[in-house]
Amino acid sequence: MLVNEKVAIEHGLKADEYKKICDLLKRTPNITELGIFSAMWNEHCSYKSSRLHLKKLPTEGKKVIQGPGENAGVIDIEDGDAIVFKIESHNHPSFIEPYQGAATGVGGIMRDVFTMGARPIANLNSIHFGSTQNKKTKNLLRGVVHGIGGYGNCMGVPTIAGQTAFDSSYNGNILVNAMTVGLVKKNKIFYSKAAGLDKPVIYVGSKTGRDGIHGASMASASFDEKIEEKKPTVQVGDPFTEKLLLEACLELMAGDSIIAIQDMGAAGLTSSSIEMASKGNLGIEINLNKVPCRESKMTPYEIMLSESQERMLIILENGKENLAKKIFDKWNLDFSIIGKTTNTKNIELFFDNKQVANIPVSTLVENSPMYDRKWKKAKLPKKNIIKKEVYNEFKIQDILKKILSNPNVCSKEWIWQQYDHTVMGDTIQKPGGDSGVVRIHGTNKAIAATVDSSASYCWAHPLTGGKQVVAESWRNLISVGATPVAVTNCLNFGSPENEDNMGEFVECVQGIGEASKYLNFPIVSGNVSFYNQTKEVGIKPTPTIGGVGLIKDYEKMVSMDFKEIDNLVLIIGKTEGHIDQSIFARVVLDEKKGPPPEINLFNEKNNGESLLNLIEKDFIKSAHDVSLGGIITAVTKMCIKGSKGIKLKKTKNLIHDITYFFAEDQGRYIIEISPKDLKEVTKILNKNSVYHEELGVIIDNKIIFNDKTNVTIDELKSYYTNWLTDYMN
Amino acid sequence: MKSSVITFPGSNCDRDMDVALKKFGFKNKMVWHDDNELPKSDLVVLPGGFSYGDYLRCGSMASKSKIMHSVINFAKSGGLVVGICNGFQILVETGLLPGVLLRNKYLEFICKNVFIKVGHKENPFFKNLEKNIFEFHIAHNEGNFFCTKDQLKEIEDNKQIAIYYCDKEGHIDEQFNPNGSIKNIAGILNKEKNVLGMMPHPERMIDQSLSGEDGSLFFKNLINNIK
Repeated sequence: MLVNEKVAIEHGLKADEYKKICDLLKRTPNITELGIFSAMWNEHCSYKSSRLHLKKLPTEGKKVIQGPGENAGVIDIEDGDAIVFKIESHNHPSFIEPYQGAATGVGGIMRDVFTMGARPIANLNSIHFGSTQNKKTKNLLRGVVHGIGGYGNCMGVPTIAGQTAFDSSYNGNILVNAMTVGLVKKNKIFYSKAAGLDKPVIYVGSKTGRDGIHGASMASASFDEKIEEKKPTVQVGDPFTEKLLLEACLELMAGDSIIAIQDMGAAGLTSSSIEMASKGNLGIEINLNKVPCRESKMTPYEIMLSESQERMLIILENGKENLAKKIFDKWNLDFSIIGKTTNTKNIELFFDNKQVANIPVSTLVENSPMYDRKWKKAKLPKKNIIKKEVYNEFKIQDILKKILSNPNVCSKEWIWQQYDHTVMGDTIQKPGGDSGVVRIHGTNKAIAATVDSSASYCWAHPLTGGKQVVAESWRNLISVGATPVAVTNCLNFGSPENEDNMGEFVECVQGIGEASKYLNFPIVSGNVSFYNQTKEVGIKPTPTIGGVGLIKDYEKMVSMDFKEIDNLVLIIGKTEGHIDQSIFARVVLDEKKGPPPEINLFNEKNNGESLLNLIEKDFIKSAHDVSLGGIITAVTKMCIKGSKGIKLKKTKNLIHDITYFFAEDQGRYIIEISPKDLKEVTKILNKNSVYHEELGVIIDNKIIFNDKTNVTIDELKSYYTNWLTDYMN
Repeated sequence: MKSSVITFPGSNCDRDMDVALKKFGFKNKMVWHDDNELPKSDLVVLPGGFSYGDYLRCGSMASKSKIMHSVINFAKSGGLVVGICNGFQILVETGLLPGVLLRNKYLEFICKNVFIKVGHKENPFFKNLEKNIFEFHIAHNEGNFFCTKDQLKEIEDNKQIAIYYCDKEGHIDEQFNPNGSIKNIAGILNKEKNVLGMMPHPERMIDQSLSGEDGSLFFKNLINNIK
């Protein structure tokens, strides 16, 4: 096939990018080479619109062993143990084919983690769907949940936490972000940097088929009415093979045969081989006839661009081929020596004894385009003045019921009951809490993990929203008694070619950077997903943050369920009464104007660290951060989980009761303490200048407001737990 | 007491079962599906998971594994065999246990705590247990036990129904049935009572920090019964 500018544009390249390729090669590329360039230079693989801004994120810290740039980030959790983790998007394929899209998203992220030598010990996910009124939503939700469960359950890795949100901005573009946390010995971490000449390049795992060709390119473009035609670009997952691949790789990794290893994810054999060569500053020669193929007559172009799943590329030490082959034979997996490392610094492909591609690796990686896209700065919206009289129409308990049964607040049990969250026998905090917690097997340590996003805040003011998501992640970890260690981010945005969307991206990233720097909560891995838009309409800016924290003694873990009648309930952090962008304003008042709640990083840090200190001293019986729905929603959830009630003190505030109870001011936590500890707890909080108030006392099975109104917990529980199940059935 | 846990390709509760058996005093060995010989054992466990990816039919390919010849012989000569979840499905496929396990009634994987009531105690697995009602954990997609009317009569007459799904108080009723299983059956025995298959995972309930400790009671009692 003749290559020209028109063909290049059909491959998703721009005219000037095609010209640059011809200049770099000093000739016209052939079709295989063009395919390779298009795969390496698309947004998904090259980060061409985001690289410039991502560089500014804080990625270093005392506990960071590996930051961005590898398959996943790695942090030190002491005693020779390390945690490997990353989050990744699989948005575009999941909208086209929800089951397979979500399943292969989970499979892909687990491979990223075990490629580094870590056994996955927990999965998490953040999923966003269109309005619950949208007719596609139900099927998409069902398909995605089945897909996530289908893959994770089969792998035997517990899904311990997650987040589900609904908003009409996702009607045409759902988000599926999957995160995996793995455990590895610090001295047994594997990297993707090739080293040494004439080392055998090994292909292991599933055979290569025609599925997923141009998957990464598809994920680098917006959707239009021809979306159905894109189905063949979605990969098909086989979790059984991945389970075998996991066990086989870990078995081989126990020895010292592997120089470098890289999974074949987006852009398959192309990106895996090129990344390994690039990092090692070497060349790679591959004989494509040696690649195990599932279908007959596959062309070099198809072999290089296939995104068939469950495949790995390994560079072995010489002489270890037989040993490695024996392990992969035992696990019934394909094993083929397909090439070797060279000193040419080129990627050279051969097929039927002919050279079919010869490209300098540097042109694909270092010389890939990088854009300083135009972007617009967002103004902080003016405060929306809501007249006091408006509140008089409402009763607190009615608002509460409406919020508890809102799709974004209600219990997601229907979802997480379909995920195996207890396999591996170390899950000590199940989904539904502030963070999921798994023990480090056979030790007193545990790892807490959470995924969070706040698209409405980011939409109203990206800079504040970006900070807020990091702070929320930090709070969710602290609420279970974990010391926050590091984060991974998945940045879901519309088209970077649109100045507003690009502005949202730039400022969210800036906010994320500021918060993570201040909180000493570095970003060690991540992924960018642009073009989450259909025609001209983009999603709300949705950076998702995956946070990981360490609990040194799991006996000290805290959960959110109220424990004991007569215990006191306090709130840490000041309630100023910020209603704009709250779920109360958006859902009950139907007001979309105004700024998101302000983030005061000093208070975040101080309040959080003080709470950790109280947890360390065993004062805290239960804790929960205040987020969507404010104080009353947080307290109600604690009542429901603990089958207890609360008698709330009469509020002495200058603000309206409704404002007080439903405001979404940040940096706040609800805590339960024993009455005998009140003095000591107050002393510590005062000493640290942490604002706190007594909220009430735990009673049996009902909530009492202002001495008069009361609602039973059973009634509130039915609003909270039934909504999603009723909707899905 | 010696136990063996079989690892099939796709097993994923084998490690958890190993941990549980050792915790309660078994000397456990992991046995590879492709081995011919079973080590000397007082108990053989087929663990949960997705052997062969649940492709074709859950448990059907694993039931034809090399090691299963030895396991079947072991069972036929009176040896104690337990199959949990996918292990139960494998036992049904070998014919050591009657009936079949269909897809859950609501066509969804289900992972949660359930209560179970012991049907009969005249067998080595549940004999001597003080309690009758236990809180166990289930995690499966195909746990909907089904058999013919004749088979049902036979297993009822022979006291082969080991455990039923129930509520906290032990009421056996359709509303407490998580998967549509016939008569709320959660686990059954063979006629000779030396082979047990059950959907719940006692190995996930072995300490206070997990979902609960009723699994501990099961294992402690089991090792005492074998001694």
